[in-house]
Amino acid sequence: MSETEHRRPDPEQLLWRAEAEARAQGRGKLKVFLGYASGVGKTLRMFSEGARRKSRGEDVVVGSVQPGASPQGLEQIPMKVDGGGTCVDVEAVLRRRPQVCLIDGLAYRNPEGSKNAERWQDVEELLQAGITVITAINVHYVQEKQPEAETIRGKRVTDSVPERFLRQADEIEVVDAPPEYCVGREQEGGRDSTEALKRQLQALREMALVLAAEVVDQQLEEYLRRQGMEQTFGTHERILVCVTPRSNADLMIRRGRVQADRFHGDLHVVYVRQDGLSKADQEMLENNLLGARAAKARVEVLEGDDPIEAIIRYARGQGVTQIFAGHSQRTGWMSRWRVNPLERLILEAEGIDVRVFPQEAPTR
Amino acid sequence: MSAIAEHRPGRLRVYLGYAAGVGKTYKMLEESQRLRGEGKDVVVGYFEPHGRKDTIEKTQGLEFVPRKTLVYRGVKFEEMDTEAILARRPEICAVDEFPHTNVPGSGRAKRWEDVKALLDAGIHVMTTMNIQHLESLNDQIREITGVEVRETIPDWVMKSADEVVLIDLPPGALLNRLQRGAVYAPEKAQRAMDHFFKEEALAALRELALRQTAHEAEIRQGSPEHRDDQEAGDERQERILLHLTESPATAGLIRRGKRVADYLKAECVGVCVLRPGSLSRLTSGEREALERHLDFARKLHVETRVLEGENATEALVDFARRNSVTQIYLARPPRQWLPMLGKRHFVMRVVEKAKDMQVTVVADRRRQRP
Repeated sequence: MSETEHRRPDPEQLLWRAEAEARAQGRGKLKVFLGYASGVGKTLRMFSEGARRKSRGEDVVVGSVQPGASPQGLEQIPMKVDGGGTCVDVEAVLRRRPQVCLIDGLAYRNPEGSKNAERWQDVEELLQAGITVITAINVHYVQEKQPEAETIRGKRVTDSVPERFLRQADEIEVVDAPPEYCVGREQEGGRDSTEALKRQLQALREMALVLAAEVVDQQLEEYLRRQGMEQTFGTHERILVCVTPRSNADLMIRRGRVQADRFHGDLHVVYVRQDGLSKADQEMLENNLLGARAAKARVEVLEGDDPIEAIIRYARGQGVTQIFAGHSQRTGWMSRWRVNPLERLILEAEGIDVRVFPQEAPTR
Repeated sequence: MSAIAEHRPGRLRVYLGYAAGVGKTYKMLEESQRLRGEGKDVVVGYFEPHGRKDTIEKTQGLEFVPRKTLVYRGVKFEEMDTEAILARRPEICAVDEFPHTNVPGSGRAKRWEDVKALLDAGIHVMTTMNIQHLESLNDQIREITGVEVRETIPDWVMKSADEVVLIDLPPGALLNRLQRGAVYAPEKAQRAMDHFFKEEALAALRELALRQTAHEAEIRQGSPEHRDDQEAGDERQERILLHLTESPATAGLIRRGKRVADYLKAECVGVCVLRPGSLSRLTSGEREALERHLDFARKLHVETRVLEGENATEALVDFARRNSVTQIYLARPPRQWLPMLGKRHFVMRVVEKAKDMQVTVVADRRRQRP
């Protein structure tokens, strides 16, 4: 399920974040209310927050409202009507220079010929001008979540916001509500589809909550790093499968994938490089790593004279909560006075669960 | 397979938060007001005002069922009057602080048991709790906050709720509220910020609450076909065996093992192995600890078995084989254990003996950090 294994961010994300940090000087703050369907109450929460800030003396305006919404007595900057559609009047907001601007419907696409193709780019402009933006979005408009959301909803939406834009928000807040609250708003079919619709809503809800958890996890890690704390709390399950040429990699990776998915966690697969592998072993190893990639694991080849040390160093660096390892071939002649590698792994992986797998798949 | 364990006439909704002050009670009362406005018969069964002005305002016009007063060891306590609520028979009842432990002599030990009595009588209940009270997270919570939470809710109780709704609030906003004195009185607020309400602890708790609610949403999707078919035929039913002993690590082992079993939808059995006549050789403290662990496992809905055998390793592994166990859960050897003393540790002997199944050595999640 989780395809973005973000503990070690990909280079593109790093670049984006570096740019974001450089821009952070004088940049407005971004707060996002994240929901899973119409009817959860995002817009209401957004306007309540605007009204609360105004009552505390902040200069708050509304840059976009959806039809039928009441912005609780807040000053509105009228939207621009342009080429058959409406969009945020960015120039007017910039001229008005409020401290805080509320933008509903973050995912909207601007009419043809607008300066920015999408509303989130308008928001980016406001942020760059030092204006704090509070906005709201439903999870199925997040670009990277759209394939999954389409499978759940059975229909596609064309408007979207890239996930990286949400991930750099200063605050993301989930607006949750029981699915039955949204049934009326979402329902288009007959009455008999209510149960199916509730299931869909639960699935979308799960997606929104997991996305928010991932953002929070990333923010927590960045906070800990900034504070120089080398702590992990194990809030995010990360499974590390250690493969060798002859380990039962297939079973370990399969079980690892299931467990990672059930916990909305990440799957890592590592191999510690060994010299002098036979041709047959090399082939088996490559096959195992291929299987790992097919299971959408993050695959790493580790270097180190001491494989156990290499594995544990990696596990600690990545905040791994469970290590999967196979019985080594040599356990058979393991003696009373020599510590075998598996034993060392168990003893040294303090704070991490170690799950030991049979060498051969059990006969079924 | 429905995730909702029991069929009962009353429906239960849990408002789940990650700390005091995120707005659970406020939301519950707001919802009570809304329902009352719709003409529903709503009462407040228990409400803890904590002196919070906004929250108290939300109670205006709501009917309260008076609490009962109990005297325990010369001190007066107030508890929810479950019998009075049952006699009043409202349609919906709002009950604050789901994990509360009643004072002895209250009739039921835990508030969640009072809530169950209301649900059984056909009364719908809305209630509130924080993530740190969930039993299976107890060890992690201690590590995050440094606080040992004693009032816990077994995971199956949360699972039996019809709906778990998250009350989310970024930690920055919560800390603001705390500083403004909207959550606690000033001295208490400062104490809270120095301990429990540290930004990293709040973020970690919030992440746990988000993930738990995501899990609760997942198991309530009813027909699980579209998710499980990918794995169907791939694996036989997982069966997890938890090895129970008198060691203090056992409680953490039970919590973690049961949590994983729940997430994997696996069966879970707790097994303790005694040598014939060995019960009498345990000290009374050890015997009590063992009984406490067996009892704890049962409270979490883990079936338990006590085996007799001269050789604990063999007895355990044989039992596992005969009962098609796929995974054995063991506690980590204590840190001071040194492998060179000539005798292999029990954990290593089981790992060696149970080569045909999976063995999980569970971390001690309460280890002291430097």
